[in-house]
Amino acid sequence: MDRYESHTYDVLVVGAGGAGLRAAIEAAAEGCSVGLVCKSLLGKAHTVMAEGGVAAALATTDSRDSWKVHFRDTMRGGKLLNDWRMAQIHAQEAPARVNELEAWGALFDRTPDGRILQRNFGGHQYPRLAHVGDRTGLEMIRTLQDKTVHSPGVDVYMECTIARLLKDGERIAGALAYRRDSGRFIVFRTKAVVLATGGIGRAYKVNSNSWEYTGDGQALAYEAGADLMGMEFVQFHPTGMVWPLSVRGILVTEGVRGEGGVLKNSKGERFMFRYVPEMFKKDFADTEAEANRWVEEVIAGRKAEARRPPELLTRDVVARAIAQEVREGRGSPHGGAFLDIASRRRPEDIRKKLPSMYQQFHELADVDITRDAMEVGPTTHYVMGGVRVDPESQAATVPGLFAAGEVGGGLHGANRLGGNSLSDLLVFGRRAGMGAAAYAKAFRGEPRIETAEVEAAAAELLAPFERTGGGENPYAVQEALQDMMGTYVGIARKEDDLRTALAELEQLRARAARVVVEGNRQYNPGWNTAIDLKNLLTVSEAVTRAALERRESRGAHMRVEYPDSDKRFGTVDVIVRRQGERMTVVQGPIAPLPDELRRVVEGEA
Amino acid sequence: MDALLRIFRGDREAGAFRDYPVPQHEGMVVLDAVHWVQAHLASDLACRWNCKAGRCGSCSAEVNGRPRLMCMTRMDQFPPDQPITIAPMKAFPVIKDLVTDVSWNYEVNKRIPPFQPKPPEADGTWRMQQADIDRVQEFRKCIECFLCQDVCHVLRDHERTDAFAGPRFLVRIASLEMHPLDVASRSRYLKDQAGIGYCNITKCCTEVCPESIHITDNAIIPLKERVVDDFYDPVRRVWRWITGRGAPA
Repeated sequence: MDRYESHTYDVLVVGAGGAGLRAAIEAAAEGCSVGLVCKSLLGKAHTVMAEGGVAAALATTDSRDSWKVHFRDTMRGGKLLNDWRMAQIHAQEAPARVNELEAWGALFDRTPDGRILQRNFGGHQYPRLAHVGDRTGLEMIRTLQDKTVHSPGVDVYMECTIARLLKDGERIAGALAYRRDSGRFIVFRTKAVVLATGGIGRAYKVNSNSWEYTGDGQALAYEAGADLMGMEFVQFHPTGMVWPLSVRGILVTEGVRGEGGVLKNSKGERFMFRYVPEMFKKDFADTEAEANRWVEEVIAGRKAEARRPPELLTRDVVARAIAQEVREGRGSPHGGAFLDIASRRRPEDIRKKLPSMYQQFHELADVDITRDAMEVGPTTHYVMGGVRVDPESQAATVPGLFAAGEVGGGLHGANRLGGNSLSDLLVFGRRAGMGAAAYAKAFRGEPRIETAEVEAAAAELLAPFERTGGGENPYAVQEALQDMMGTYVGIARKEDDLRTALAELEQLRARAARVVVEGNRQYNPGWNTAIDLKNLLTVSEAVTRAALERRESRGAHMRVEYPDSDKRFGTVDVIVRRQGERMTVVQGPIAPLPDELRRVVEGEA
Repeated sequence: MDALLRIFRGDREAGAFRDYPVPQHEGMVVLDAVHWVQAHLASDLACRWNCKAGRCGSCSAEVNGRPRLMCMTRMDQFPPDQPITIAPMKAFPVIKDLVTDVSWNYEVNKRIPPFQPKPPEADGTWRMQQADIDRVQEFRKCIECFLCQDVCHVLRDHERTDAFAGPRFLVRIASLEMHPLDVASRSRYLKDQAGIGYCNITKCCTEVCPESIHITDNAIIPLKERVVDDFYDPVRRVWRWITGRGAPA
């Protein structure tokens, strides 16, 4: 083992998106030595792509807002399956986290009186998203990146991938990584690990995610024996680009609808009026006239008295509505819906508030969104479930392991509201950093790593170079997996399809075990893809098994045979864990909502 | 009809361009074609990418000699009967194929004196007018693709990474210097460490910026003026002599 580069830290943070950066800043502020490891260059993580804004009840744009309303919106958006304590902490702490970013140099768009301007978004009762045009994520990641590199005690390892977590008995002791440029291994010794690796979108063909999103954190935690929960809840964002093929899946921000954009089918109907769920009927406009009045009020900068347009329903509802319109023959030419902002706002407003969208459609799809409608359809965007954590400290069920951001589960329940992911990163990134620091400080002894465990893991990672002749191409296996998941574990799920998926996963696993790569270890994407395959297969199986277990429809999870929500499933999480080499699924009770918060959810604010 | 990609394969010691035929489809971008080559012809072809939507600035390369983001470069703009050449950024050492060692940029960034805000209002937050932050928001659009660094002759041809921070970090400094809340001065840093005097305003950086930031006009020239005012203005020099105040930090 001495032949490997080796480093020792109090806290190792895996991932340098918003959650990882925020965790690193906090752990360093607590006096810990911190290693921050990221798969790509610093500042390129998925947070950079977040567009619409960060949700926080600052009440600068509408003074009626408060943490209680934010809490209620989050719980109702999550179909009450959220961990209520996480939702409470999140709503209460988000404003301070956003203001803190400003103290670190972030510049959000302003209200006329010079405060942070907030924008409307799906499922949020009041304008709540602090934003910078449609590039909020870039502003956040650059601010956090700058704060991190000026935080003493943080070492950054760019283009470095964690391949295994290492344990000393039951507790975390380190991790094995490889450097992308040289392909060489690094052994990290550490008291605590914070997973901040994001999501699993690359398990699906049509997705809005980058190559990095291969479920690494979920799979690492699972392999280390930690519980995963809520993995059946995969968010299909209603508005991805659908044409040309080259851009299929790329995100179109919900901000388009927040700024007044409307959805129409091929007959020119605003079909969302037909899809308002019972639970939300009293909060949404039931005529175009009222919906239009709401837009006028918002544009004029007044507090909206009209009810909101149904285009601003939660993402699960809108995605399913578009899918149904397409299924019933009312889709756009390339199998989506029309999203029209051109007829609603002036060209100069569109270019000011949605500059990236304007550029994206202009350059990649030859569409001028100030003149014509966009064609949009559902795209795999986010996973609500993830590593099961303690709501206060973000500790996983394995000692020394923490998780924050998309890789963690609980906050979003069955469906996430737009804007709540960026606030999630900040609130729980900080808490995970604090939790890990406290754990590291209380740690007794030294983390011990078994040489044999490292050698075995290293040999497994190098196996694709050792195999000879007639092997599988890693890209082909990944593509087959993506096709399979889209076909059998997509928006509308059937028992038979899910069982077929499990059988197909067995075969894909066998193919993955025969993967052969060419070339050497130096910056070899073929080899890197082969390594990522293992994680993709693990999370795909977790999603499929959890989807089979939840025999109801709720939020983002839709079972064709069980079209309604079932009370019995309203009080349980589906938990996935490893038992030997087998993946097991159990139901775990959700902590009941205290009466005081129940009253908030039911309407008292 | 297939397109012909002519891609640099190799590392910093040796390398050559190799040809790969790629089937084309409507709306295809150069990054799609590179991915097709990876999946079908050369699984170890190295390139960086993340968002594939012009947001992250990872897939910078030189396409037919021009620094570009591969994800925002449409194939149908090139003549179909000629090969499309893809080379790594020239200003940085090649690691492998289309991937270059850009770590120097991160070192430069670390040395820039960080944001230092003035005290907040009584409620702990600040008031700023949109009009006052518009010009700084322009600089903050930068996605760190480093294409401006790549094309800058001070870095590309004269290799003065020892003396010049490059356009990207002059933009970064401008975003701090013109930030309505910032109270630090980076004049001496600009003059002595960032080497702003090396820029002779050829505007090549502005031309290649995928975010259309007016790097030269809005960032570099005002910073140059700031340095001139602080260090070379004879009236101010006399004033400093009279008041006994030294040059700025």
